[in-house]
Amino acid sequence: MTTTLEPETANKAVAANAVVAPEELHTWTGKTRQWLIKVLPSDKLLPEGQPSYVASWIYVFGMGAIASLVYIIISGVILSLNGPAWYHVSAFGHFVNSTHLWSVELFFITMVVHLWGKYWMAAWRGGRVLTWITGVVSFAVSIVAAFTGYLLQTNFDSQWIAFEAKDALNAVGIGAWFNVANLGQIFMWHIVLLPLAVAVIVALHVVLIRVHGVVPPIDAGQTDAQLTETTGARTQGVAR
Amino acid sequence: MLATLLALPTDITGGTYFGFGNFQIQSGNLIVIVVMLVLFVLALVLPFPGSGRSK
Repeated sequence: MTTTLEPETANKAVAANAVVAPEELHTWTGKTRQWLIKVLPSDKLLPEGQPSYVASWIYVFGMGAIASLVYIIISGVILSLNGPAWYHVSAFGHFVNSTHLWSVELFFITMVVHLWGKYWMAAWRGGRVLTWITGVVSFAVSIVAAFTGYLLQTNFDSQWIAFEAKDALNAVGIGAWFNVANLGQIFMWHIVLLPLAVAVIVALHVVLIRVHGVVPPIDAGQTDAQLTETTGARTQGVAR
Repeated sequence: MLATLLALPTDITGGTYFGFGNFQIQSGNLIVIVVMLVLFVLALVLPFPGSGRSK
């Protein structure tokens, strides 16, 4: 059953970024929309500019990691659709397979420099703890995703890695569910479950950055007038 | 079977390792770590193009 809103209330709700008094909303969809508009208004979701402190190379590496991840997924889709008989044998298959590996190297290099930058500017300040945690989790899940990729090389290297790893995984008691010697199972983990997990966590990470804003450098409060004008004490990390 | 194995390419090597006392590291891993450190330092010291125009 659908709850009918008064025309005036409905019009208010439909308007961009409209904030309707809570007592005027009777449906869970309306309340959810109200909450989303409050937490992430459209100008925060897709901003037209960033504060001046973002104009630094150290702020580039997060997007570098995302760009690498996009290429990893695109090249992975091409590899899986053509299959191992293609990427193990043909010259172009070899090339795409290699770019899949090198984009993973770039992904981890940019992600680690991003991590160092954020660590030294204490990026969990100003209510950004969840942003930090989702970054840590995405790093951990990415390591598992890369590990399953090494297992799928189907050569002596991958066989060696699998049979070294199985002892460790059995020792911690998860070998029965995560069997590195089972090629089909690892294929499922590598091309569906783990990429999905990485994509979802990274998307959440980006949305949280949109919600809380890009973290300012520690001394930005003293040097950047724009901070105090637009975002106030929140960005200083002193309010929470 | 043995003949097949022997006929396989023999370019699989353990790689080059650098050792300093008890510490040992493979060249590929060392290169990646050095590249990350260099990128981190450059990101801190190099001026960002057009930063004067940004809001």
